[in-house]
Amino acid sequence: MVKLNIDGRMIEVAEGTTILNASRMLNIEIPTLCNHPKLTPFGGCRLCLVEVKGVPRPLTSCTTPVSEGMEVTTSTPALEDLRKTVLELILSDHPNDCMICEKAGDCTLQELAYFYGISPYNPPLLKGDKGGFLGERRIYEKRDGNPFIERNMEKCILCGRCVKVCDEIQGVGAIDFAYRGFKSKICPPFERDLDCEFCGQCVAVCPTGALTGKMWQLRGRQKDIKEVDTTCAYCGTGCNITLHVRKNEVVRVTAKEDKWNEGWLCVKGRFGYTFINSPDRLKKPLIRIAPKHIADFGFRISDLNSEVRNQQSAIFKEVSWDEALDYISAKLKEIKEKHGPDSIAGLSSARCTTEENYLFQKFMRAAVGTNNVDHCARL
Amino acid sequence: MSSVKIMVCMGPGGIASGGAEVISAFESELRQANVSADIHKGCSLHKVGCFGLCSKDVLVDLIIDGAKTTYQSVKPEMVRRIVSEHIIGNLPVAEWTADENYHNFYKKQVKVVLSDCGRIDYENIDSYISEGGYKAAEKVFAGMTPEAVTAEIKNSGLRGRGGAGFPTGVKWEACRKTAAGQKYIICNADEGDPGAFMDRAVIEGNPHAVIEGMLIGSYAIGASRGYVYIRAEYPLAVERLKYAIKDAHERGFLGSNIFGSKLKFDIQLKLGAGAFVCGEETALIASIEGQRGMPRPKPPYPVFQGLWGKPTVINNVETLANIPYIIKKGSAWYSSYGTEKSKGTKVFALTGKVKNTGLIEVPMGITLREIIYDIGGGIEGGKALKAVQTGGPSGGCIPANMVDINVDYESLARVGSIVGSGGMIVLDEDNCMVNMAQYFLQFTQSESCGKCVPCRIGTKRLLEILSRITKGKGRDGDIELLEKLSRDIKSASLCGLGQTAPNPVLSTIKYFRNEYEAHLKGKCPAAVCKELLTYYILEEFCKGCGACLRACPSKAITGEKKKLHKIDPAVCVKCGACFDVCKFKAVKKE
Repeated sequence: MVKLNIDGRMIEVAEGTTILNASRMLNIEIPTLCNHPKLTPFGGCRLCLVEVKGVPRPLTSCTTPVSEGMEVTTSTPALEDLRKTVLELILSDHPNDCMICEKAGDCTLQELAYFYGISPYNPPLLKGDKGGFLGERRIYEKRDGNPFIERNMEKCILCGRCVKVCDEIQGVGAIDFAYRGFKSKICPPFERDLDCEFCGQCVAVCPTGALTGKMWQLRGRQKDIKEVDTTCAYCGTGCNITLHVRKNEVVRVTAKEDKWNEGWLCVKGRFGYTFINSPDRLKKPLIRIAPKHIADFGFRISDLNSEVRNQQSAIFKEVSWDEALDYISAKLKEIKEKHGPDSIAGLSSARCTTEENYLFQKFMRAAVGTNNVDHCARL
Repeated sequence: MSSVKIMVCMGPGGIASGGAEVISAFESELRQANVSADIHKGCSLHKVGCFGLCSKDVLVDLIIDGAKTTYQSVKPEMVRRIVSEHIIGNLPVAEWTADENYHNFYKKQVKVVLSDCGRIDYENIDSYISEGGYKAAEKVFAGMTPEAVTAEIKNSGLRGRGGAGFPTGVKWEACRKTAAGQKYIICNADEGDPGAFMDRAVIEGNPHAVIEGMLIGSYAIGASRGYVYIRAEYPLAVERLKYAIKDAHERGFLGSNIFGSKLKFDIQLKLGAGAFVCGEETALIASIEGQRGMPRPKPPYPVFQGLWGKPTVINNVETLANIPYIIKKGSAWYSSYGTEKSKGTKVFALTGKVKNTGLIEVPMGITLREIIYDIGGGIEGGKALKAVQTGGPSGGCIPANMVDINVDYESLARVGSIVGSGGMIVLDEDNCMVNMAQYFLQFTQSESCGKCVPCRIGTKRLLEILSRITKGKGRDGDIELLEKLSRDIKSASLCGLGQTAPNPVLSTIKYFRNEYEAHLKGKCPAAVCKELLTYYILEEFCKGCGACLRACPSKAITGEKKKLHKIDPAVCVKCGACFDVCKFKAVKKE
């Protein structure tokens, strides 16, 4: 354990803890943009600079490990002034179109600009008179053609979080830094369109509006949204997800860091929620009543025009769960008696939990009496 | 039988001035004259590294029976006379031999790192060995403990010659004390400052000194593997170093059981891809590891967590090339040169408006005046000295009135500049200081890695402000804004590149604020910034010859023959063609 002093308060933390994390234990707020608790420190945004007694220049608290007897000051007029300069510089190369930005209200950069009182449109708020540091801004007109992730690189502050999450958490490495100096940019190799797993982890960690979900656009900002915590139904992993609901419609899905999946999701959990309101979605059990060949046209019911769709009742009958289960049970018994238990096979699903899969094989062996049981993951 | 040794400079300057052609001229002339057979002279032709005085290249040393004659500015067509009159006739061609200026150039220099450069054949390991090469390594391996080696280097007072000036022995000792296991020594040959070519000259002229320095370093810190991180833009240095490493391997100086010990040491080359920031040690390590060359914050320092997370010492080329000489001649000898805190000698690339440009090695503490006037031969064209820029884009300028300053780490830092890696650019009254600051910012901005905000965007904004000032569009308060932003960039940037990038701006404002103010008022005192210039013709000098009229690409000049010509400022594109062509100095720019 290491003892140190932060803003006049003593704290004892484990060796290797960064100054930033030690400060957070004391509820001392240090502004950051590039730091993310689940990713290795980067040290690029330079907002978390602190003063350490005996060190001539300010140090980034996110990268500096604590040492015994260290005396840290997290806020001085000089430090706040440096932070303000850094923010002014970032905003001098930013579209500043918060009024139409998907991320407004949920944007770290916007929050910090607010707290530091910086507006590029209000020169008296800036240090440099007559427009402060306003100058050339990066303009990228080309948009990425991928179906899931909107990449607006003009809003990118090069904090590197997306690069790190893609590399360190997802193990994909689809993007990295390219070019040098002011032209530096984060992009897939050779600036091609993104072609990855589309897990959207990069979207989840982006502190600005540079990365957003394409299907989220113009569907509602954070303040109008009701958050509903639930479990993802896609696979047996059972990630905890949060549905963002506006006007009784799911408009995006996120995950919380304090849940067991640590805020991480895959492409299905994050972007695969449109089934909820899909007209194709089956909400009640259906029993076929028409002879098989009538339905055997190879089309989806939703594809039919309304006239034909009205005849859906002529093909399927909507029933209650009790009715449906009774029907299945009667049919299984009939087959078992007529052809023996081994004429029945069961195929289980990766979307079920381990417990459900256990019960399913138990049912097949004990109730049906066959070992013909398999799992979709083997297909 | 007498002996003739011909040494032709094949350093960067020598090659650029036609060294290879001079060598082939010698080869064919000697063959035609049949020197060896006819006059019984054992004649050998050697390619050697940089002599130093690049402005007089191609330099050729002719040593007949131990007596050395130097020829300067040798062209292939001059070779025939040298061979017939001097080598055969034993009478030096007096009009081509080095003049007094040449000898003055060397008078105040002290050559340690460069002592063998220009004297030995870089392609021949025996040439190095015959001058005492690998004796230092042998001494270390045979009878010195690693602790004794680090102590010797510490006592010598040698400090990192790459720019930061960190005591080399202290670095070695820290690495030595880390837990045993895999360690690395890296030679930083990613020399990138504009106008600097010290490391290049050392590697090209004496590659074995660098290898021997690394070998001694590996022994001192306990490293079995070494890397040379070298710019791919130095193909010649790469080639010569590769050749030298191969030779050293064959002689057993590298590989296993070095000097009969159980120790092994191998050197691998890693070619840089042209990023200036890769000279920064953590970025260099990332680059060797196959990552994008971006610095990471320190601590942890590479001495504790370096290449592949292992303890790593990174030394500059010049630092390492000093090591064999310090071990051979002793730390007391080395520290007899220099000042109290800056020991030994330093190599500088002297460029700009001095008469003698080239590579110099001087004892620390020599005055700037001695460098410029005694070694450099003074300012070209009788112009007045304005300032000296040291340390390249990370350094600052020293104004003419401070020319008696001692050149050492402390004195230069005190006036806002640095020794840096050794670039030294002499500026005269024709240089615009704002323009120069803009030039360096242009460089650092395009070489910023983009990782941290102050460097990526801050230097861009500095550059924008500077360029609007040089275009006459500066605003009130711009100078103060430059100062403020510069200070913030220095404090907030991640690595040495950003922390030093504003230095040229700050030091030019400090010493030449009046020039900045003049620009804000629409005048460039040195008449450099194009947008602020007006060209006009002086009535009393114009002869009406029409030369300017013919040279003008934009038809801005009018006038009849033998009558006064005039420039229409609205049409003039300020290209300066009229100024250059006028024989009567009638065109004036302001």
